[in-house]
Amino acid sequence: MGGGVALLLVAGLALIAWSAGIARGRRARAAAAGPARPAAAPFGLYAAAWAAGPALLFLIVWSMVGPGLVTDVVLRTPDAVQLPPSGYARATLLAEARALASGQSPDAFHPLARALAPAYAAAQARADAVALGAALLLALAGGAWALVRLEPGFAARPRVERGTEAVLLAAALVALLTTLGIAASLMWESARFFRIVAVGDFLFGLHWNPAEADGADPGAALGAVPLFWGTFLIGAVIAMGLAVPLGLMSAIYLSQYAAAGVRRHLKPLLEVLAGVPSVVYGYFAAITVAPAVRDLGLALGIADASAESALAAGAVMGVMIIPFVSSVADDALTAVPADLRDASLALGATPSETVRRVLLPAALPGVMGGVLLAVSRAVGETMIAVMAASGVATISADPFRGATTVTRQIVDLLTGEGAFDSPKTLAAFALGLALFAATLVMNVAALAIVKRYRETYA
Amino acid sequence: MPDARAHARRRRAAEARFRLAGLAAVALSAAAVLFLLGAVAWRAAAGFTETRVTVRIDLAGAGLVLDPTRLTGRGADLALAGAGLEEAVARSADAALGPGGRAMLSSGAWESVRDAVKRDPALLRRPATMRLPAAAALDEAAEGRGTPAARATLARLREAGLVRRGFDWHLLGGADSIDPTRAGLGGAIRGTLMVLAVTLGAAVPLGLFAALWLEEYAPRGRWADLVEASINNLAAVPSIIFGLLGLAFFLGTLGMARSAPLVGGLTLALMTMPVIVITARGALRAVPASIREAAAAVGASRAQVVFHHVLPLAMPGVLTGTVIGTARALGETAPLLLIGMRAFVAAPPVDPNDPATVLPVQVFLWAGEADPAFVDRTSAGIAVLLAVLLGANGLAVALRNRWERRR
Repeated sequence: MGGGVALLLVAGLALIAWSAGIARGRRARAAAAGPARPAAAPFGLYAAAWAAGPALLFLIVWSMVGPGLVTDVVLRTPDAVQLPPSGYARATLLAEARALASGQSPDAFHPLARALAPAYAAAQARADAVALGAALLLALAGGAWALVRLEPGFAARPRVERGTEAVLLAAALVALLTTLGIAASLMWESARFFRIVAVGDFLFGLHWNPAEADGADPGAALGAVPLFWGTFLIGAVIAMGLAVPLGLMSAIYLSQYAAAGVRRHLKPLLEVLAGVPSVVYGYFAAITVAPAVRDLGLALGIADASAESALAAGAVMGVMIIPFVSSVADDALTAVPADLRDASLALGATPSETVRRVLLPAALPGVMGGVLLAVSRAVGETMIAVMAASGVATISADPFRGATTVTRQIVDLLTGEGAFDSPKTLAAFALGLALFAATLVMNVAALAIVKRYRETYA
Repeated sequence: MPDARAHARRRRAAEARFRLAGLAAVALSAAAVLFLLGAVAWRAAAGFTETRVTVRIDLAGAGLVLDPTRLTGRGADLALAGAGLEEAVARSADAALGPGGRAMLSSGAWESVRDAVKRDPALLRRPATMRLPAAAALDEAAEGRGTPAARATLARLREAGLVRRGFDWHLLGGADSIDPTRAGLGGAIRGTLMVLAVTLGAAVPLGLFAALWLEEYAPRGRWADLVEASINNLAAVPSIIFGLLGLAFFLGTLGMARSAPLVGGLTLALMTMPVIVITARGALRAVPASIREAAAAVGASRAQVVFHHVLPLAMPGVLTGTVIGTARALGETAPLLLIGMRAFVAAPPVDPNDPATVLPVQVFLWAGEADPAFVDRTSAGIAVLLAVLLGANGLAVALRNRWERRR
């Protein structure tokens, strides 16, 4: 916990720098004459920013890089040669040694962890000391540099303004960097994957079984078409088959028919559905819906009805998406000008005729955009697929048989024991790239449709 | 005009049908919610209660070899375990409940004795009557399931007046365990709080500052459009993609600790940031331009206009967005699985770089356990998770309403 101490000390130094800056500001204010005398506040902010800024930046970077450096030092000790080469066993051993070194656990289970603990403690102590020293040095140097510059006549305000804007801009750039980071990391790892497996084998191969991918030709077992098919069947066909009619009809009823009181009570109930985390839906799908669907399949005479059927996963996913579809459909319907609706009713059309012949056609682009967004959500949904869909990739249109999804396979591939650069691990990034590209296209298209539609009625 | 009348009847019937279809859709959706919540609550009630057996524990005659000075501090657990406390408790159970008595207690029952001894070392020298958690099989039997043998045993214990049922505090406070009667959410709750602290600490300033830049500073042009497009896009990217980013960048490139709250919190922060930016921008846009103009007219600098006048008025909206984003992050599982937060963690995390787990992941892990006794635990875990999330969502709605009334 060296970080907390360093943080407190830096904050204290910043406070000192701030009050010293204010004192300088007061003097500058007293020294100045005339109507435009400088305020003292920017002097204090300027000094505090120089004292805290560089030190904080260093501490943030250190908190991310530091533990890795400590581990590197430990790995260079002679005992570390006996560590398992990679994967989960290695991580647990290191974690155990770390816990022992920091005094959180009284003893370690593995003798190797016990042997590594002293090295860990020493490296950690040294790292903490270096971090603390560097942070304090940066804070002192920054504060001193700022205070030296704070002479009467120094334009502190414009500098503080520019600094503020730079900080805000940096925060905005993080969003941009995240997008670029996602694209870059997915493409980088996918490029490594496609050096092992041909793009055509991956995109058009009909056989997916990662267990066979360690052989001479990993491409033969890593054809993603069954995954794309399963994702489409569960997310776009079954889930939407349930969510679109129910969500759309709910929106129509709530916006056109329901009394204000009913609407006030039912809308929050639908919003409760939207707030339930997907792991709960997944559990519900696996333990309640899936057995019921299998029994239904057996009763209908389908002998190979699966307990991990596409229907169970898709139906629960549909229930999860209903509030979303209902909310976007509601927005689209209420965005249609009231004139159109009033005109239709005035001509003698019944409310249902008005909805079907006037409101829905007018709201169609908005509804379509919303459905597209819903599909993109269903396709990216992970926990329901992990808990209720099948892990075996097959191509079948029978909803009572198992189907797997891209997201499920990503989780399965990455939670195994594989090394970081095995074709199986890299395949997960290629699947991630495909998922990212597909959802990106759907989102952009949906936003474009919704935007164009909004302009029509603006 | 029979034709017209028939036509009107048909139209009215169509109208009634359409209306009914709408009502049915709403009713079906509502039924789905109630069924889901009901099924969870039903199971959860069983998960929150535990069965306890009254046992006379006599440690004085057990001959524990123990140094009394080691009974305080970190070494106490190990000292008591090393002295053979588990076997001593099992023998006491055999003596008190008859042969096979040790099988009637949970495999973690001796830990309860251990904690009692740590509180009161005098227990080592005199016999005492304690209520200890029953074995999973008896717990099942007490809930009306379980094997006939377990039910018979339970009936016998009941006749002797040795069985009590009570609220299971260990569920909320204890760490995870492979024994379903001793598995608790304490470690996961602690991990959740740590992850949340990191997420909020990173996402709130980043999101708020980015929103301020976009609304108050950004010159209309290519850069602002680019940032805006990337934020809108990030808000719709599937969460598992953020897990891949965390795995490749935080773990792969930076070499940060796996399974740790720090990495989990940062990954979720990247996911939460766009939500905060979007709602904060809405709140900033709702502040009337006259406020900015008035402040500027009396000589406020740009930063003063923004931080002294616009931001305080937009704060309730920013807060609502923060709560919504937090609720989303709280329920997220998939990205955390990818960065390794799926390990069995017996010791609650202390440092942000320790292996940890969070509530939804704990629910996922328990859901995957083969032992049927974990079903109740999973439902109880879901109930805790839902209570936290619905509380957060309710807070967001209340904030929104309050804010709307004030304006």
